Amino acid sequence: MKLVIAIIKPFKLDDVRAALEAVGVRGMTVAEVKGFGRQRGHTEIYRGAEYLVSFLPKTRVEIAVPDERVEAVVEAILSAARTGAIGDGKIFVTPLERAVRVRTGETDDDAL
Amino acid sequence: MNLRLTRAGLSAAAFFALAAPAFAADATINAADTAFMIGATALVLLMTIPGLALFYCGMVRRKNVLATMAQSVAATAVVSLLWFALAYSLAFGGDGALIGGFGRAFLAGVGVETVSPFAQTIPEMLYVAYQMTFAVITCALVGGAVADRLKFSAFLLFCALWLFVVYAPVAHWAWGGGFLARLGLIDFAGGTVVHLNAGVAGLVAAVIVGARQGYGRENLAPFDLSLAVIGVGLLWVGWFGFNGGSALQAGSRAAFAIVATHLSACAGSLTWSALEWAGRGKPSVLGLISGAVAGLGAITPASGFVLPWQGFVIGVLAGGLCYWACTALKRRLGYDDTLDVFGVHGVGGALGTLLAGVFATASVSAAAGQAGVSGLLEGRPSQLVAQAIGVGVTAAWCAVGTWATLKIVDAVVGLRVNADQEREGLDLALHGETLGL
Repeated sequence: MKLVIAIIKPFKLDDVRAALEAVGVRGMTVAEVKGFGRQRGHTEIYRGAEYLVSFLPKTRVEIAVPDERVEAVVEAILSAARTGAIGDGKIFVTPLERAVRVRTGETDDDAL
Repeated sequence: MNLRLTRAGLSAAAFFALAAPAFAADATINAADTAFMIGATALVLLMTIPGLALFYCGMVRRKNVLATMAQSVAATAVVSLLWFALAYSLAFGGDGALIGGFGRAFLAGVGVETVSPFAQTIPEMLYVAYQMTFAVITCALVGGAVADRLKFSAFLLFCALWLFVVYAPVAHWAWGGGFLARLGLIDFAGGTVVHLNAGVAGLVAAVIVGARQGYGRENLAPFDLSLAVIGVGLLWVGWFGFNGGSALQAGSRAAFAIVATHLSACAGSLTWSALEWAGRGKPSVLGLISGAVAGLGAITPASGFVLPWQGFVIGVLAGGLCYWACTALKRRLGYDDTLDVFGVHGVGGALGTLLAGVFATASVSAAAGQAGVSGLLEGRPSQLVAQAIGVGVTAAWCAVGTWATLKIVDAVVGLRVNADQEREGLDLALHGETLGL
């Protein structure tokens, strides 16, 4: 199994969710995060006091995926989240050692 | 237009003719004036709770929001009690040149039928309450200069002491028959007593307490400016009671004061915004509301003495000068007056007090049996001199009195939270509370 972690632009969340459903993903965890890569922040000014805000709001999506569907999932996220502008985000694929469904105790692929 | 010939003027003339000296019988208490002033009292109290509380808390950081609101609530409680107990008597209860007396301590002598010589058509009890709301907001304003770093205990003790060291004396000098009033100073609703006092005290406090950790380096952005906008809305509307109510009677002068006030707020708002738009490329919401407050503070001393168009001009000048004071001047001098109490209220109050001496128009302040006050434009430069003296004396006394008060507070409870508390946030460190998720 793999844990696919995608950092995307927040407004792309609905598109990504729809694309993932289309490839059979039935669950995900979403968090509001802050970060930056090559995208610059912005400057805010309050009565003459300037603050450079480097961290930009992003959305983090985590999906546990069986090995055979990893490529389809990554491809779905890529096509849904891409805008072509700087700041589109990143996808990380990490090994997932174990997964357990809390309600039934099913493990690994049965839990996904 | 001669206001003296209006019907209101004629009945006012009858009342003034009948009024005995000092504390007269109930024949002089007027239902219309009393009703109006009860409303005005409520409006001004609303300016502090929650007007100022919201205005201020929206501009501080999330971790200090509750603590900032606590200052407005606590100032209301502490100052109100002390006002009724003793401060009113010292400010308005005697005819000394420098201070009142103890004659009205704990409301002694204030009965159902008593009136104050300064407001002869409303119950004195109401006059006490109305003036109380001014004392409350003045003390609450000062806290904004040292937001995010002042101990709660220090703020409480500061309010309690400063009320007697600075506020009550200056109120007595300008409004309670003291030497500034005798010199001819005109201050309709508190350019000196409220705004200049709060501003200078704030500046002194900001310098003594020192800048916030990370000032000039870290991101100290406001928590939620929408709260600040709501707060300014309450302040703006409440100011109709602050300036309108300072007429102390339900009549034309109150209407003139309200209109001049409103036009000044509008002018101040747009002027600040225009300068910001031109200078920085975008007109901020914070600029819109700050300009409005600058206009409101500046018109305060002049509101019952000037024509509406003059209120507009005062607003424009205040919007411009306060914008400069809160940006360029503050940056150049390097102090951390966190919520710009000096830049807006101090500078605005001083400017408005001086401009009252320029624009004062006799027809606005004329009442039955008394000619109105003329300023520079009506050929009386001496008024401007009186205003300048008022500004100078108030600023000087306030600076010294605030410095002394802060030294005492520092010795008794300490002024500033320690570095860890400041970093953790005052809500948690001082009050054991957070805003939650």
